[in-house]
Amino acid sequence: MEQIGFLPPKAAVLARRDEIVGDLLDLLPEGCLVHETRELVPFETDAFVSYRRVPLAVALPETTAQVAAVMKYCHRYGIPVVPRGAGTSLAGGAIPQEDAVVIGLSKMSRILDIDFANRTATVQAGVTNLAISDAVSPDGYFYAPDPSSQLACTIGGNIGMNSGGAHCLKYGVTTNNLLGVKMVLVDGTVIELGGKALDAPGLDLLGIVCGSEGQLGIVTEATVRLIAKPEGARPVLFGFDSSEEAGACVADIIGAGIIPVAIEFMDRPAIAICEAFAGAGYPDDVEALLIVEVEGSETEMDDMLRAIIEIARRHGVKVVKESQSATQAALIWKGRKSAFGATGRIADYICMDGTVPLSQLPHVLRGTAEIIERHGLRVANVFHAGDGNMHPLILFNANDPEDAARAEQAGNEILKLCVDAGGCLTGEHGVGIEKRDLMRHQYAEVDLNQQMAVRAAFDPQWILNPSKVFPLEGRPAA
Amino acid sequence: MQTNFTAEQLADPHVATSEKILRKCVHCGFCTATCPTYVTLGNELDSPRGRIYLIKDMLENGRPADEQVVTHIDRCLSCLSCATTCPSGVDYMHLVDHARMHIENTYRRPFWNRVTRNVLAAVLPYPARFRMALHAAAFGRPFAGFLKKVRGLEAFGAMLDLAPRKVPRPSPSARPGTHPAAGARRGRVAILSGCAQPVLKPEINEATIRLLTRLGVEVVAPAGEVCCGSLVHHMGREEQALEAARRNVDVWLREVENGGLDAVIITASGCGTTIKDYGFMLRHDAAYAEKAARVSALAKDVTEYLATLDLPQQEMKRVNVTYHSACSMQHGQKITMLPKMLLKAAGFTVRDPAEGHLCCGSAGTYNILQPEISQKLKARKVRNLEATKPDVIATGNIGCITQIATGTEVPIVHTIELLDWAYGGEKPALLG
Repeated sequence: MEQIGFLPPKAAVLARRDEIVGDLLDLLPEGCLVHETRELVPFETDAFVSYRRVPLAVALPETTAQVAAVMKYCHRYGIPVVPRGAGTSLAGGAIPQEDAVVIGLSKMSRILDIDFANRTATVQAGVTNLAISDAVSPDGYFYAPDPSSQLACTIGGNIGMNSGGAHCLKYGVTTNNLLGVKMVLVDGTVIELGGKALDAPGLDLLGIVCGSEGQLGIVTEATVRLIAKPEGARPVLFGFDSSEEAGACVADIIGAGIIPVAIEFMDRPAIAICEAFAGAGYPDDVEALLIVEVEGSETEMDDMLRAIIEIARRHGVKVVKESQSATQAALIWKGRKSAFGATGRIADYICMDGTVPLSQLPHVLRGTAEIIERHGLRVANVFHAGDGNMHPLILFNANDPEDAARAEQAGNEILKLCVDAGGCLTGEHGVGIEKRDLMRHQYAEVDLNQQMAVRAAFDPQWILNPSKVFPLEGRPAA
Repeated sequence: MQTNFTAEQLADPHVATSEKILRKCVHCGFCTATCPTYVTLGNELDSPRGRIYLIKDMLENGRPADEQVVTHIDRCLSCLSCATTCPSGVDYMHLVDHARMHIENTYRRPFWNRVTRNVLAAVLPYPARFRMALHAAAFGRPFAGFLKKVRGLEAFGAMLDLAPRKVPRPSPSARPGTHPAAGARRGRVAILSGCAQPVLKPEINEATIRLLTRLGVEVVAPAGEVCCGSLVHHMGREEQALEAARRNVDVWLREVENGGLDAVIITASGCGTTIKDYGFMLRHDAAYAEKAARVSALAKDVTEYLATLDLPQQEMKRVNVTYHSACSMQHGQKITMLPKMLLKAAGFTVRDPAEGHLCCGSAGTYNILQPEISQKLKARKVRNLEATKPDVIATGNIGCITQIATGTEVPIVHTIELLDWAYGGEKPALLG
């Protein structure tokens, strides 16, 4: 499809390719630089696989000092740098460009410190999200933000995109759970922001860094909050006859001041896809399904559930099904968290990430269905309903360029619909390359200019992940 | 994922199959997280997603394999942990099988690598040759340390390290013949005698035959059976693998006609994964496709068959068993709970190690061909196993037994040896 442009590669950088590779080989230990053409191809994209650019080289440093050395070198010669965690971005945040050196953090995957007294964990940026929870789970703790790709995605990538997840309804997204970072600036300077306390004196630079999509520097270490596991947790399935009714029910639950840990939404196509993979026992005769998870003591869970069921009845809920065992609860979540990948069984897809005010959910669901129908496409909706973070998966055939272009067009219309309904382009996946050109639909010029001014203060040459986030036209001169 | 093949390329049935597999991959990256080599090396090229991309690029461009592609495909254990993780249902096993075949057909390996692989293919599948080689290894052992340091010869050093110090005597269980059921007959099965296993650990099939016959099952070890072909199959030597498959299909179907078979019992899960795949491997062979599919349907891991016999709950034994699930068992055949349920019913306390999904580094001939990564995985596996403080480790694959035994003092036995003991057989010798 290729409707979104990248910055043209710098001829001066491409011309020095062999020299650059030679210099990087000197800066890194053996086995830490990928530079053969064949071996570079697998790094040409991430999970937003419609767009691909083979990078100039891929550095896989093992230490912060090595990251700093590579950054310093690239800065000196004006070579673009694209950071990469596990390459699971759905917005193309880790897609490189021909003149870029990718800095991959996959070899920096050690947990450095677990501090139960302060309820923090300090980890290298290449540690996967789930590995943090796994490490502290035997002691009764977990790391709360849980993107569906948590098995594979890295904490560094989570910070870059300010990632969310199903359980963020109660616990907040990455920025609410991040306490400090060690970060390499564009010129190779290593700085530390935040610490183990909830707030640090001075400017909240940590808040700026979280969600900056690798454009302000490369985070190499992070200190995150650990949260004590609840006494108990129970996912309950609510089946409805229509998506709009399920959406309205979500708005009423939250409107009544009830905040469960998670409210997830799946429509009929999504239910079928997830059930085929996980065998979780989702009802197969409903148009829409809510997975509502409550947690706490038995009494707390019972009380909250009773209130939720009452609201659901008012919306004509058809099926209410509690998970019967820990195994079934795990399957319910496995199915939900595998939804995107499992969609690969039936079609290619692109995943939207628009977020809308809850009162607008039924309206936007209806509008999405209309857009999809107008383009002659299919859609599966599976998303974090509790915080209005919608993920229509637009299904298409990647081997048919016209179909792919239609899918991309429909996606843009859906995102504009979200913005027009008072929402925003992205709830948790980041802007990346995917939503870059829609940023002007989201922001007034002065607002966007202010963001770019901050970005330029960190990276005056605009060499860090340069093709992303901000529209190519109207950028300040480097 | 988008693919780019010409109609002419797709006329090759192998390419057509691989194209369908590639189309399912959505490049989500989940597979990287559970891949033992990615976890160890931290390079996407040594992950399933990276390999899938390398294979895709090679096949789409109709290129012969090259050093880079071979390096990363060779590092794949074929443990299939990725296939368990993959939500999209990407059939990685058959994709990497195709890549290995393509490598074998289009790439000339460096001299010593060729020699090593030829030696393995000429020795391991043949019990008599393998036994001789093990005896010979006693003389080579003093040189193991030296060989491991010579570039190109590391594999020979690894082989010497793995060779047991004492080679058991040939077992009657490996000879063709029929072992009648004790008492009333409730079933009839063929048992795969195997190639390396009867030489290294004849007690595994001895225990199987004892237990099954005691339970009223007639066990036949048919004449003419050969190695299942898994070893050469994983080297990409497809013709040799298919020839082995055809011979075994003939042998077992002859037994089906002469007396009937309820199952072909396999006590090495590595072999089980391949035999269950005979139907796929021979799908383009008009004379064998249907026959091979029948054999694949008959193939059962011994624990799958035992689970149909309703074994009674035994008294608790106060023996802590940590169950190591072989990759070919949990990922290849998707048998996860059965062996543990049988062990629990037999009166053992069963524990799972952390990171149970990660390979121990055995993986057929991997511990010989990729000793460095294999050693790292072994150390990690042993650490996780020992952390559970087991009296004994149980598993269902001879490769894992050999590999793990060289890394720990804790005895490791085949699941069936414990079950035989619990249901009236001998206590495994290793348990004293």
